[in-house]
Amino acid sequence: MIQFFEAFGIWLGAFFTFAIFSFLYKDNPVYKIAEQVFVGLSAGYWFVYTIFSIIIPNLYNPITQNFSENWIKIIPAILGVMMLMRLIPKTSWISRFPISLVIGTTSGVLFLRYLKSDVINQMTATMINPFIGGSWVEIIGKLMLVIGTLTGVVYFYFSKKHEGAFGSTARIGIYFLMISFGAAFGYTAMARISLLIGRLQFLLGDWLKIIGP
Amino acid sequence: MAKRKQIDRRWIFLLIFLGVALPLIIKVGLPVEITKNVQMVYELVENTPKGSTVLISFDYDPASMPELHPMGLSLLRHCFQRDIKVVFTAMWPMGVQMAEDIVTTLKPDFPKKKYGVDYINLGFKAGGMVTIQSIGKDLKKIFPEDMYGSPITEFPIMQDVNNYNNIAFVFSLSAGAPGIKEWVQIVSDKYNRPTSGGCTGVSAPAILPYVNEQKQLTGLLAGLKAAAEYENLVGKIGSATSGMDAQSIAHLIIISFITIGNINYWRKKNKQKKDRKK
Repeated sequence: MIQFFEAFGIWLGAFFTFAIFSFLYKDNPVYKIAEQVFVGLSAGYWFVYTIFSIIIPNLYNPITQNFSENWIKIIPAILGVMMLMRLIPKTSWISRFPISLVIGTTSGVLFLRYLKSDVINQMTATMINPFIGGSWVEIIGKLMLVIGTLTGVVYFYFSKKHEGAFGSTARIGIYFLMISFGAAFGYTAMARISLLIGRLQFLLGDWLKIIGP
Repeated sequence: MAKRKQIDRRWIFLLIFLGVALPLIIKVGLPVEITKNVQMVYELVENTPKGSTVLISFDYDPASMPELHPMGLSLLRHCFQRDIKVVFTAMWPMGVQMAEDIVTTLKPDFPKKKYGVDYINLGFKAGGMVTIQSIGKDLKKIFPEDMYGSPITEFPIMQDVNNYNNIAFVFSLSAGAPGIKEWVQIVSDKYNRPTSGGCTGVSAPAILPYVNEQKQLTGLLAGLKAAAEYENLVGKIGSATSGMDAQSIAHLIIISFITIGNINYWRKKNKQKKDRKK
């Protein structure tokens, strides 16, 4: 019985893979069915997951099992209910309070973390002597890092007209930006092909058994 | 006239499909060079003393399996080979199943590794950055039970693990947020503990700047290529390495089409210039 369901699952996976791929030829009803099934399944899965993996272990169990130590969890529970008031037009204004609280606390937590990690530490990482240590390839790499950072920042300075030496520096910044966009495109292409490889490994391996594991 | 010169994009899809499918069936065996970032991850594991405990967070779902699963498999194999104890967490709900799948795959190769002694799965916890931050204060308060509902204090592996001070390094297999970025911001930048990770190719350009002189990240496994490199370093060839032939050939096809497109563009431009002069 288990083997039957395993095989059935693989065939189902193969069918839906082809159904989605069929869109590459043109839009069609089989693709539409696969799309709708995916949306419906996802919604159902997340609904059940939220109840059994978030609400029950984090709220229901602690309150019912040890109320005296976990009574404070009633406050976020009330805020959660207030958020749901959004579904009723007449009471939707109540949801503004929990949303405000979430925005405020998130901003506070993230501001400090991003300031340290993405601003201060990133700036410190570019304040280096490129000529110390390493091979000539590493020295060139470090020089590129310093020049690229400085010229890139200059390009985003808009309070002075981009002309003369300032304009030339900004132009070098654009070249660095273009190269980084190219690298990002390359990585994106690699990622998309990797997904196709994953699907084909499933079709040729698990389904057709042409290739080994 | 202009329309006639354009290739129907479905031919490109077909070529890419064949370019990926054929090398998977007929192995070409193109070489896989080891890059510095992957070597750094490998050395991080190699330099971790035997018996230490590390934390691997599975922050992805099946959509990113082709890229991240081979990384997780090789990394866990490396940890088990080095007798490093592993604590699994997941900031993504389906990450729990990803970790379980990897352990099941490795089980025949490491039959002596015991749940609760050599590794443990603490499961998923919502909250992202707040959860990661709270682990730094008291891990047992955030994860009082493992994924099966047993109190974690019962397991030998968790006896001396209370926060990041008791963890040799943290590794996040990340497909987005919450993921590597959040782990870097808390574990590396707040608690100064070694942090490393593996990410999808799409998110690599945003994560790579953290591999810097400040050592916010100790190496990075970016995309399928890095997964293949790690498989080669660990000495167990898997799906990533066998996928690299297909990856390289697909890239060659894409590069060819970009080149042809650009040549056509320049020819068209030059022709327009000449026509204007006439």
